[in-house]
Amino acid sequence: MTTLLIAEHNNAALNDATAKALTAALELGGAVDILVAGKDCAKAAEEAAKLSGVAKVLVAESDALGHNIAEALSAQVVAIAGGYDAIVAPATSVGKNFMPRVAALLDVMQLSEVTKIIAADTFERPTYAGNAIQTVKTADSKKVLTVRTANFAAAGADGSAAIETIAAADAPATTTYVSEELSTSNRPELASARVIIAGGRGLASEEQFNAMLTPVADKLSAAIGASRAAVDAGYAPNDLQVGQTGKVVAPELYIAAGISGAIQHLAGMKDSKVIVAINKDEEAPIFQVADYGIVGDLFDILPELEKAL
Amino acid sequence: MKILVPVKRVVDYNVKIRVKADGSGVDLANVKMSMNPFDEIAVEEAVRLKEAGVASEIVVVSIGVQQAQETLRTGLAMGADRAILVKTDETVEPLGVAKLLKAIVEEEKPGMVILGKQAIDDDANQTGQMLSALLGWGQGAFASCIKVEGDVARVTREIDGGLQNVDVKLPAVMTADLRLNEPRYASLPNIMKAKKKPLDTREAADFGVDIAPRLQVLSTAEPEARKAGIKVESVAELVDKLKNEAGVL
Ligand SMILES: Cc1cc2nc3c(=O)[nH]c(=O)nc-3n(C[C@H](O)[C@H](O)[C@H](O)COP(=O)(O)OP(=O)(O)OC[C@H]3O[C@@H](n4cnc5c(N)ncnc54)[C@H](O)[C@@H]3O)c2cc1C
Ligand SMILES: Nc1ncnc2c1ncn2[C@@H]1O[C@H](COP(=O)(O)O)[C@@H](O)[C@H]1O
Repeated sequence: MTTLLIAEHNNAALNDATAKALTAALELGGAVDILVAGKDCAKAAEEAAKLSGVAKVLVAESDALGHNIAEALSAQVVAIAGGYDAIVAPATSVGKNFMPRVAALLDVMQLSEVTKIIAADTFERPTYAGNAIQTVKTADSKKVLTVRTANFAAAGADGSAAIETIAAADAPATTTYVSEELSTSNRPELASARVIIAGGRGLASEEQFNAMLTPVADKLSAAIGASRAAVDAGYAPNDLQVGQTGKVVAPELYIAAGISGAIQHLAGMKDSKVIVAINKDEEAPIFQVADYGIVGDLFDILPELEKAL
Repeated sequence: MKILVPVKRVVDYNVKIRVKADGSGVDLANVKMSMNPFDEIAVEEAVRLKEAGVASEIVVVSIGVQQAQETLRTGLAMGADRAILVKTDETVEPLGVAKLLKAIVEEEKPGMVILGKQAIDDDANQTGQMLSALLGWGQGAFASCIKVEGDVARVTREIDGGLQNVDVKLPAVMTADLRLNEPRYASLPNIMKAKKKPLDTREAADFGVDIAPRLQVLSTAEPEARKAGIKVESVAELVDKLKNEAGVL
């Protein structure tokens, strides 16, 4: 059994998601190679080679591979897929974009957002916004899976795998990269933060969202998250959305302020270790999952909390 | 340009589903069913492209049981022109759905297919990407803006760190993210008109494609329930608990 893990990176650095997906890939039981496909991505490849338990790192470089375009990435993976029994990628926006293409081109049914490896062909995955956990066995001889990184610890970084350059595959030129608008922030990323403070519609405006959450987040070195209602209302950018269709997170501490606790939001945060809810409505469903609830006006409570920390 | 919009009938997003006690699946008896919310967004986008003069005809397609007709009628009431039901009583996985859609695309020859990014029952997030790969067409997944200029669509995509803009050659497959648009409610006159729009029913088995499931669901379980904790009276008490009881500060 050999497994190919597709690294997530921006050429200059490896994303944390790769080390977490590696843990899942190793649980399949075979040797794991990592593919770093990009352009001028030597730095990312070196980081991948340091991850513990990796057999070797394959590097493919071309202009087409420079921006995680799905057509190019999937063509590259399919070109080398013959040598592997399983293909794994983190269920990030990049993984979700190209992996189903790989599965279709190999005539395999993908397992999305795997949360637990039970055997090399049997997996757990959430459905219905995390309200029904399926145990699924695949009949496909090749396994294609994306893994939910919040459920796997990051692999260590004491390895020294060999790095091998491979030929870049021809890619269909159906989609071309134009530009990216990335939010710049010095905060920890949502996906890897130890503490998250998230705001909902209760924050009432973009100014108050920032004015209320930022000081607490600074004190706790926390990432900031948001409900969909807060994102839709323009209080926060879309990449902060936590939930069924946003990011799925499992920090040590999740503080939800002015968030009602709709199932679609809970789907993204209910595996957090400790949940704190701040809401003026004592009937809000968020209190049903909160370890510590405080009923009251967030505009009083958050500044008080900031002072008390 | 013709636009094809695949729409799935799913449990309404407001329903709190129940897992059957014997672990055999989710209880769907007498549960409200609706169009998958992302597919409403996909239909809305197609209707707007038609209103803008970019699209000439909108065909909605659903693969599923006879009652999926209702979902198709909803699409027709929102502004689609025609509907196709690919009937089957079996569960068809995303790979099978993509293969059936490919067969329909080959018959209908649309210039664009807009799917939802994810069905809220299986949470697979695969079908559009699979269809794009099988067709060899361009892919604009998780779209929050689609602008057609000639034979290219400029697509803004939602990605983890923010947004990515790409140019996708047409014909192409798009998948709709939540912020692509706000779907309209169908008006009563439009619901009445939709009853007279053409709806073709075809048998899935007649397409001659392999839709046999590859996955076997061994069991379905409720997630581990989280116990409601306690209410604290003050910020001081909260901080104390977080420090000394939970040990997270
Ligand atoms: C297909 C689909 C996918 C979705 N995906 C997601 C998703 O990924 N993530 C997500 O979050 N949502 C998602 N949603 C939306 C979800 O259903 C809810 O609408 C949303 O989570 C509500 O956000 P909210 O809790 O901020 O707003 P509301 O439900 O309006 O709640 C606001 C809360 O703030 C409280 N409040 C107001 N003022 C104050 C104050 N001064 N002090 C204290 N408390 C106050 C209120 O009591 C209330 O409980 C999705 C919906 C659909 C249909
Ligand atoms: N049975 C179906 N009939 C029509 N469209 C479907 C069906 N299943 C999936 N789709 C489309 O594919 C999208 C993604 O579904 P999924 O890959 O299952 O998450 C949905 O939003 C629909 O647009």
